[in-house]
Amino acid sequence: MRNIWTIAQREFKLFFSSPIAYVVAFIVYLILGIIFYANIAAASAQQFNGSGGYTPNIQIVLGPLVTLMLFSIPAVTMRTLAEEQKMGTLELLLTAPVRDWEVIIGKWLGAFLFIFVLLAVTWIYPLILNRLIQPGIDQGLLVSGYLGLLLLVSSFIALGIMVSSFFSNQIAAFFATLGLLLVVWMISYPAQAAGATGGELLRYLDFSEHFYNSFFRGIIELKDVVFYLSATALALMIGSVSVEMRRWR
Amino acid sequence: MIRVSGLTKDYGARRAIDNLTFDAQRGEILGFLGPNGAGKTTTMRILTGYMPPTSGKAEVGGFDVVEQSLDVRKLVGYLPETVPLYPEMTVYDYLKFMADLRKLSNAEERIDEVIETVHMEERADGYIEKLSKGMRQRVGLAQALLHKPEVLILDEPTIGLDPAQIIEVRNLIREIGKERTVLLSTHILSEAQQVCNRVLIINKGKIVTEDTPEHLQTRLSGATRVIIRIRGDATDVHPIVEKIPGVLNVSKISADSLEFETAPGMDARPDVARALIRDGYDLLELHAANISLEDIFLQLTREEPAVPEIGVVPEIETPEEN
Repeated sequence: MRNIWTIAQREFKLFFSSPIAYVVAFIVYLILGIIFYANIAAASAQQFNGSGGYTPNIQIVLGPLVTLMLFSIPAVTMRTLAEEQKMGTLELLLTAPVRDWEVIIGKWLGAFLFIFVLLAVTWIYPLILNRLIQPGIDQGLLVSGYLGLLLLVSSFIALGIMVSSFFSNQIAAFFATLGLLLVVWMISYPAQAAGATGGELLRYLDFSEHFYNSFFRGIIELKDVVFYLSATALALMIGSVSVEMRRWR
Repeated sequence: MIRVSGLTKDYGARRAIDNLTFDAQRGEILGFLGPNGAGKTTTMRILTGYMPPTSGKAEVGGFDVVEQSLDVRKLVGYLPETVPLYPEMTVYDYLKFMADLRKLSNAEERIDEVIETVHMEERADGYIEKLSKGMRQRVGLAQALLHKPEVLILDEPTIGLDPAQIIEVRNLIREIGKERTVLLSTHILSEAQQVCNRVLIINKGKIVTEDTPEHLQTRLSGATRVIIRIRGDATDVHPIVEKIPGVLNVSKISADSLEFETAPGMDARPDVARALIRDGYDLLELHAANISLEDIFLQLTREEPAVPEIGVVPEIETPEEN
């Protein structure tokens, strides 16, 4: 456990000395800010016109955040193992008294903590929203939305770490992760054409279905929690095996 | 401390090391000498638990490198050939990270000690990316020394250092080697000679020779070897050469060449030349082969099967004239 924490801490601190993390944070906050402002402006304009009806809820933050994570996480995870391989520091970790899976989980935890901090800052929007609308925002939706988001990013990060372990080039790791995330995000699109069983399976594997159909609507279902946790565990396991395989090459 | 038997490692179809067997005791500095691609790094990587061998067995401190890899890694301090550093960290933070991974209880104290050992006190708070190559090498060494390892494995430890630093590092290795086991690889022969108790020359994955630097030195200053080449079959002149006073250990080295040693203090070359010419043989070459350690090394590690002419200093290269 201590090894995981040591590696996670180093990883976490590293984000604050790397430009990528700041660029990611800047873009996320900028886009989120613009969308939030636009939504509030549109809603208040409608209310002013008397056309009423539209009360913005926390989904105006959650929706764009999910999409932003889809593009940010590859940038956050691309470096994790690819860079270690390129710099030869993986040899250092793999000859230190540390298990391969401790390295992988440490990396995952470090990246997760960074994204957690990034997301924690976005709580400012629900707070603002809470003041703007009467009688305040739906607290249940807020909790389920952010819980779902954390579970989702947990699995995304794990996939990113897994992909990074396959490469020794960050850029390759970035695009491969982005590609993979887009695939798991949209895998249910061809579901209708895939027939009954195939369609069902594709829908089950779709990372967005598990979010939009439950957490995003204020529902916390065990099966969705389990889905994201298993995806995280599986990706980290493959990542560990991939590191282990490097030894055998 | 280190015991290796029948160690073999294949990378796909290429055999990197082939049936290596050697050992190293506590208080011994074992030098691994060989050209690039000889299998030095591969052997070291197996001993540090970085990769498993294809076959064979390696033990460090009584622990098997595959089965008890974590125990082995606790015992070993390792400086890989490409110094593994995180450029965006400071020297101190980097060493702290390594100390934490090794769960050192007296981390701060040890970090200060190793920083002092490698003379990096002034740059301890500087970022690694700003350091010169030599300094990075020293930080890498500091990392390997951090936990006072029983076994220190150093892959080309003096590369990139300036002459003063090289002397310092060599002294440091000698100091450590008094109580611990050091395995170091180098392709600098004089380094192996100065630092190591024992040298293992390795080429194409095989141990070519194993000796103390003193013995290698003896080979260096030993009897002069002379090579002669005639037109025709060298077997015919074998008895003639053998009879000449001062000639020892005659052997045929190819169809038309013989090799012999001269007894200390005697130079039989003029007599040999005279005798051969007298008996009507065409003497094509006669030269002394002054063997240096470099020659031994080159001879032992060259690509083709060793032909004794290699490394020969052509001192007298004559068809001698009467």
